[in-house]
Amino acid sequence: MNISFSPISLAANESSAAVHHEHDDGSKTVLGFWIYLMSDCLIFASLFATFGVLADSVAGGPSGKELFDLPYVAVETLLLLGSSFTFGLAALNVQAGNRDKVIGWLAVTFVLGAAFIAMEVHEFAHLIAEGAGPNRSAFLSAYFTLVGTHGLHVTAGLLWLAVMMHQTLRFGLDDVVQCRLACLSLFWHFLDLVWICVFTFVYLQGGF
Amino acid sequence: MSGAHVSSHAAHGASHGTLKSYVVGFILSLGLTALSFGAVMTGVLPRDMILPAITLLAVVQLLVQLLCFLHLGTAPEQRNNTVIFLLTALLIVIVVALSLWVMHNANANMMPTQMSIERARAKD
Repeated sequence: MNISFSPISLAANESSAAVHHEHDDGSKTVLGFWIYLMSDCLIFASLFATFGVLADSVAGGPSGKELFDLPYVAVETLLLLGSSFTFGLAALNVQAGNRDKVIGWLAVTFVLGAAFIAMEVHEFAHLIAEGAGPNRSAFLSAYFTLVGTHGLHVTAGLLWLAVMMHQTLRFGLDDVVQCRLACLSLFWHFLDLVWICVFTFVYLQGGF
Repeated sequence: MSGAHVSSHAAHGASHGTLKSYVVGFILSLGLTALSFGAVMTGVLPRDMILPAITLLAVVQLLVQLLCFLHLGTAPEQRNNTVIFLLTALLIVIVVALSLWVMHNANANMMPTQMSIERARAKD
């Protein structure tokens, strides 16, 4: 045990205590979160496989070509892609240690993500009002399950964004907050990757 | 893509990008998305070429975002993530491709419901 009171060793003790308090340097946390994301990937893979199998089972109801509004989906795509980029800018400001800019870019990301969810809820409400709800056909059940699961993930991401904006404001960019932001960054970019598959294999493939 | 910044932030497991990697990723993604929607909405491509084209564009965009936004790569800090991702990609291909294959065959080989057993036997 080092009981010297010189400022340098005191600082060293404090930093090693901080590291010990976290139990690791955060890299295991991020790796574990990545493994969770990959298992989430498998959930989406099975939902995509289900959708692929049921895509033609319209049971005499409307098909994707009649239902999907591609310009509307293009706007949703731009919102989510833009939010991925603005999260990247927030991550760069985490590196630079610029707390106010981190919160600012997280807020922009939140607004873009919230706009995406608002458009998706409006789209779902419109489909259900038209009589094309999840109970209409196997195709629509699979569609609502797949796209709805992605939407729920984005909603969870919005909640997490709000919590992290508060934590960044309250605690600053300390090690714990940085580690959590690194996990959220993976989560948010991952949702954009899933959306690429959604707009390609659900909307575009059903739209021609 | 992010080698210069890895050392100072390796403590957080995920390597961080540079402004350049995010801008390049964003512009490429915008372009690839525009091409995908354009392929379907403009009708420039023949119908049977659309699905292969948008599939290819989606795969390219996934790779762009994996490299530019998620910073997968072969640097020591990223290698674990990359290997786990590759294994997951293999599992996804197995789950999706084989499900579609099996179910397509089950569909194609199923007896039409309007045909009686006697007529089905008479045909072979």
